Amino acid sequence: MSNDFLQMHLKAVMSCLVIFLYKVHTTKAGQFFSSGHTNNWAVLVCTSRFWFNYRHVANTLSVYRSVKRLGIPDSHIVLMLADDMACNYRNPRPATVFSHKNMELNVYGDDVEVDYRGYEVTVENFLRVLTGRLPPSTPRSKRLLSDDRSNILIYLTGHGGNGFLKFQDSEEISNMELADAFEQMWQKRRYNELLFIIDTCQGASMYERFYSPNLMALASSQVGEDSLSHQPDLAIGVHLMDKYTFYLLEFLEEVHPASQANMNDLFKVCPQSQCVSTPGHRTDLFQRDPGSVLITDFFGSVRKVEITKDTINLTSPVEPPIQRSGSGDIQIESLTYVDQLPVAEIIHQKPKQKDWHPPDGFILGLWTLILLVFFQTYGIKHLKHIF
Amino acid sequence: GLVFLSSEFGVDQFQEELVIRPLHSGDIYASFQFRTLWDTDFLQERQKVSHYRLFPKSLGQVLSKFSVRELHISFTQGFWRTMQWGQPFIPSPPGAELWVWFHDTVSDVDGNWKELTNVLSGIFCASLNFIDLTNTVQPSASFKPLGLGNATDHRFLRYATLPREIVCTENLTPWKKLLPCGSKAGLSVLLKSEKLFHSSFHSQAVHIRPVCQDEQCTSKAWELRQTLNVVFDLYTSGQGKKEWSLFKMFSRTLTEACPLATSSKVYVDITDNPELSPATPLLSQAVVLGDRRTYSVFDLTRAETFGQLRSLNLLLRWKGDSGGMLRPLLHAERYVAGFGLQTGEIHTVIYNNHPYRAFPVLLMDSVPWYLQLYIHTLTVTSKSRDNKPSYIHYQPAKDRHRPHLLEMLIQLPPHSMTEVTVQFERALLKWTEYTPDPNHGFYVGSSVVSALVPSMVAMNTNFTQDQPLFSSFVPVKEESSYFVRVYTEPLLVNLPTPDFSMPYNVICLTCTVVAVGYGSFYNLLTRTFQVDEPSLPLAKRLANLIRRIRGVPLLA
Repeated sequence: MSNDFLQMHLKAVMSCLVIFLYKVHTTKAGQFFSSGHTNNWAVLVCTSRFWFNYRHVANTLSVYRSVKRLGIPDSHIVLMLADDMACNYRNPRPATVFSHKNMELNVYGDDVEVDYRGYEVTVENFLRVLTGRLPPSTPRSKRLLSDDRSNILIYLTGHGGNGFLKFQDSEEISNMELADAFEQMWQKRRYNELLFIIDTCQGASMYERFYSPNLMALASSQVGEDSLSHQPDLAIGVHLMDKYTFYLLEFLEEVHPASQANMNDLFKVCPQSQCVSTPGHRTDLFQRDPGSVLITDFFGSVRKVEITKDTINLTSPVEPPIQRSGSGDIQIESLTYVDQLPVAEIIHQKPKQKDWHPPDGFILGLWTLILLVFFQTYGIKHLKHIF
Repeated sequence: GLVFLSSEFGVDQFQEELVIRPLHSGDIYASFQFRTLWDTDFLQERQKVSHYRLFPKSLGQVLSKFSVRELHISFTQGFWRTMQWGQPFIPSPPGAELWVWFHDTVSDVDGNWKELTNVLSGIFCASLNFIDLTNTVQPSASFKPLGLGNATDHRFLRYATLPREIVCTENLTPWKKLLPCGSKAGLSVLLKSEKLFHSSFHSQAVHIRPVCQDEQCTSKAWELRQTLNVVFDLYTSGQGKKEWSLFKMFSRTLTEACPLATSSKVYVDITDNPELSPATPLLSQAVVLGDRRTYSVFDLTRAETFGQLRSLNLLLRWKGDSGGMLRPLLHAERYVAGFGLQTGEIHTVIYNNHPYRAFPVLLMDSVPWYLQLYIHTLTVTSKSRDNKPSYIHYQPAKDRHRPHLLEMLIQLPPHSMTEVTVQFERALLKWTEYTPDPNHGFYVGSSVVSALVPSMVAMNTNFTQDQPLFSSFVPVKEESSYFVRVYTEPLLVNLPTPDFSMPYNVICLTCTVVAVGYGSFYNLLTRTFQVDEPSLPLAKRLANLIRRIRGVPLLA
């Protein structure tokens, strides 16, 4: 009897466990489909030029590295770097960009694709990428081809002030322009949800003016505060990274594609004791509760996985040999390579026919003046002497 | 091993090759060539090609969409030092260079060119979209096609160079992805960016042209050559010792050939008798650039090349003094003379080091419009006597539309130095045309010197299928001379730069002057003045009140 009792007890415990696990499973599955996005994009911008702004490029590359590691492919990342630090002649270790002076982590890596570089990183190009209003000949890798089910991560870093961000030391973007660009994106349904992270001085001023829905913003410092850099490296000679992004990278290195870390953890990155400045965030325009938003919703990528239990037979394609048209009968004369420097031909080259253009500008004005004076002096009736 | 059907059907063929040549200065020169031969002619048959095997799809689509006959694009970091290193197998100027021959069925060449540069900037992650009509030229005699063909109408040629373009891992990554084996197998495992960019010279290029399909040359095939030339410095990567190994150069060793390659070889230049290990009995001689050299050949498709350890690490050591280097017969330099920010003079110096033969060279100069050349000051002197060129083509610049193009065919006397000088004036650009860092200066692209240099050794004019790739890049028409192209240094010129804070200063000053000056003037003219009764003290006010009641005149 004790055996039966034990068995019944065991069965009850097992069924409870099964029900409990099932519940957990459904909530996990439910959470997976609750975010509502089907693809992820990232726009990562470094706006500073010159060697002493090495840290801004390192910031952007560390976010790029994390985002790639968590699954977003290069075709869905628009990376804009205003200057080249890795192959800069001042870099003692070419093709590397380090985040820490221990030189352990090369954030530049071996497989990097920069879409906009050097002089191409301008306010105009940035706004065109966001709103999608690019010239028709722009290649796909330079476009943000998002739709209304895309979650977009936008990361900006550089030098900024109260209400503006400097691009390459020659122009600036204001917080109003940025807010308007996001509104354009919303009206054109170019995003489902957008996470905006900015690491500059007085960064919180850049998200003050947002007014479109589904935007969440993070900044490294409040208005009136400066964002500070982490530490200099005496071998390379410049500051390697900013404090906020350094701790953000440390946090993201712990995140893996199946991680359940949510936005509240991200808000806690780099408190004032570590960062000296106070990081800020803004969630009032966001519809979901930040605690239910996973980090991988923005930093990772949705993968479509289809599980099948049937085996599929692949037939190996055997290509039939291509029949060359008319083996030898039609083409008898052999083709030749072009002479690289035909001296005689060059010397006796005829000048090429220039297309005739009607005279313009000064010559036209001069002739008009001459004709006017002529007809003024002699009158129209003397025209018959000419014709 | 996999069964390869491709070689039987002859549709696509891939060959890879690495040439290692120790240079006289102690540096070492490594030249990779990856060649894909594609047996199709979609321009003739008007068929839409949809099946790509070894030939990369991105480039195949570019060729068919823009009706490209030949495409040559190169990205270079550093400058090739001809006097110390000799002539390179594939020359290239610093920065990015793109020249394209379009098919003669194209009606709008400029439109195709503009779109092509945009597409290529996306493929290679480079800012090639800055190539527009202000830096594109149409050479009239230089840059003849390197592939098959007969008619050469230069209206279908476009040439542009971006001397400022940086080459880094982001350009190497898509370049490696075009290879059939990627960077996973074969010679491309050696291409690690941390070592390649830590060098004196790095150049990667893509050359597409129509070539003979076989030795009879009755039909055309498309050839894609991806070349990578790198020169490792003796002191930065070699630690000052004249001993080199594959591991020291690339931090990798070779373990296998690319399975898709029909031939995978490593040639090591042993003409100057360095010590080479592992030793190999296979030797080959080739005449390249007028010089007969001996090479040790390692065939990676054979398993015994890799030995017991299944890895091949070549070790090269110099034995004492290696003797003199063959002096390059043609060499060119260029510099800017003058002082100040208004005028200057461009000097191009071309050296003919052949002891008794004179030969003609074609010099092509493309100068941006903001350096206004005064062609009446153009002088060409050899051995301090005037040397009149037998052909001059000059197309003047049009401000903001076209650059200057100067092409001259100059006969160089033997053992001489020829100097070409032309004076210029610097233009003041509009405020918005300056780059964000204008004090760096503005670049002028390299001059190109093309010549058929008389050869000391008979060149090989026969075309064979198993010729090494480095000797078959430039087609050889006659035995007594070889074609060479020499690039000069690019110039860095400072333009008069305005003070960019002046608009801000002017606005502040003007607004202040207007506010203070005009404001007070306006007030003076339009303000009416009223005499104001001063307020009286309390006692006097009470007294006035009483006086008003009494009807007596008030106090002041």
